[in-house]
Amino acid sequence: MMKIAIIDYEVGNLANVYNAWKRLGIEAAITRDPAVIRDADLVELPGVGAIRDAMGNLQKFDLIPLLQEQVQSGKFFMGVCLGMQALFEKSYEGGTYDCLGFLPGDIVPFHTKLKVPHMGWNELEFRQEHWLQKGLPAHPYVYFVHSYHKSPVDTPDVIATADYGQPVPAICGKDNVLGFQFHPEKSGRVGEQLLRNVVDYVMKKG
Amino acid sequence: MLAKRIVPCLDVRDGRVVKGKQFKHIQDVDDPVKLGKFYSDQLADELVFYDITATHEKRHIFIDVVRAVAEAITIPFTIGGGISSIDDFHQVLRAGADKVSVNSAAVRRPELIREAAQRFGSQCVVLSIDAKRDNHGSWQVYVEGGRKNTGIDAIAWAKQGVALGAGEICMNSMDADGEKAGFDLELNRRLATELPVPIIASGGAGTMQDFKDVFDVGVDAALAASVFHFGQIDIPDLKTYLQGQGIPMRGAEK
Repeated sequence: MMKIAIIDYEVGNLANVYNAWKRLGIEAAITRDPAVIRDADLVELPGVGAIRDAMGNLQKFDLIPLLQEQVQSGKFFMGVCLGMQALFEKSYEGGTYDCLGFLPGDIVPFHTKLKVPHMGWNELEFRQEHWLQKGLPAHPYVYFVHSYHKSPVDTPDVIATADYGQPVPAICGKDNVLGFQFHPEKSGRVGEQLLRNVVDYVMKKG
Repeated sequence: MLAKRIVPCLDVRDGRVVKGKQFKHIQDVDDPVKLGKFYSDQLADELVFYDITATHEKRHIFIDVVRAVAEAITIPFTIGGGISSIDDFHQVLRAGADKVSVNSAAVRRPELIREAAQRFGSQCVVLSIDAKRDNHGSWQVYVEGGRKNTGIDAIAWAKQGVALGAGEICMNSMDADGEKAGFDLELNRRLATELPVPIIASGGAGTMQDFKDVFDVGVDAALAASVFHFGQIDIPDLKTYLQGQGIPMRGAEK
């Protein structure tokens, strides 16, 4: 059985990410216990809300060195929504905040005449062949809710984008780090397939 | 491209869906989890559950429903009905709801919108408005299940709600509701044009063309109950039709 640690840092509701793994038959741990996190096969950083609170709480619970250690050890590390934004170097949401720096790039506001937040179902456009595409249609719809996005968009770590007046980074990743800007846990069958693909990948790498 | 959203709405009383006609394909249609899952499998984009339980003492039954829905369903859902405090927001969000819809309580105390948006984020605060046309070409806000006219202008209230932090407006047109003669296009056009947040049109859906017409005036989502519950419109058929009319739909893409 795959062991998943969902980082509990009091940012947003963790029930939905927990439920998504549970539907795949995996009992994930919602935790900030270093022993449990070190023992996991996959560490997930969820999050809904503002980056200031997210980074502030990671600091408050002294989690940053532990997460750095985990990524350096080669552990599969996955960020979702705000948890993905925290993977980059800096965020300009309501100020300038240093983030985890596991992936290159920054988080910037939308400059668009379209409504912000970018909320609802949008299509993924894969920019490279990727193991995440297994079992998915060519342009799968997934569920987004966000007001800031990763920049720049034309970098090798941008795996898939969505079109919202401009290409918006939707899946980013490099080596053992992966980020979803949207919510796989709320993206119907496509979301389930993405999570299943993650499980298969992590188990195979073992 | 961002898809337009089709949103079935389920009324729940004492933990059971207040149902219409029986469905052909599912048993136990009054189980909110099973009906919700049915719609989710049909590629509904979002669900709304309204608690219409009369007594506050039975609130915990509804919270259990929210929790069960969150465990079973893989699409976003909104909870409404009887939301009157930050604690109510907290309870349903913690149980797994994605958004919370507030109506009369926000009219009584608009600051509730600001407090909820600050605490939980605008993205989960939906301001739901019951509006009825007056004799002067505008719309007035009704509360208490549509029984009481507040005399407040509905479009002005929607704008104030957004200024306070509401992330979405769900406008229920009382004139159109139950008539199945189409959504109120004039009201929805004004909202979609004048407001910077997504608009959910509610009330009046009767035919597939009604959905096309209301998306054409610029709303982001269309909510309906009886046309879906009574099986008059099948969601996959509706999506195929709308996609054919040039309206982007998840699940009907080629």
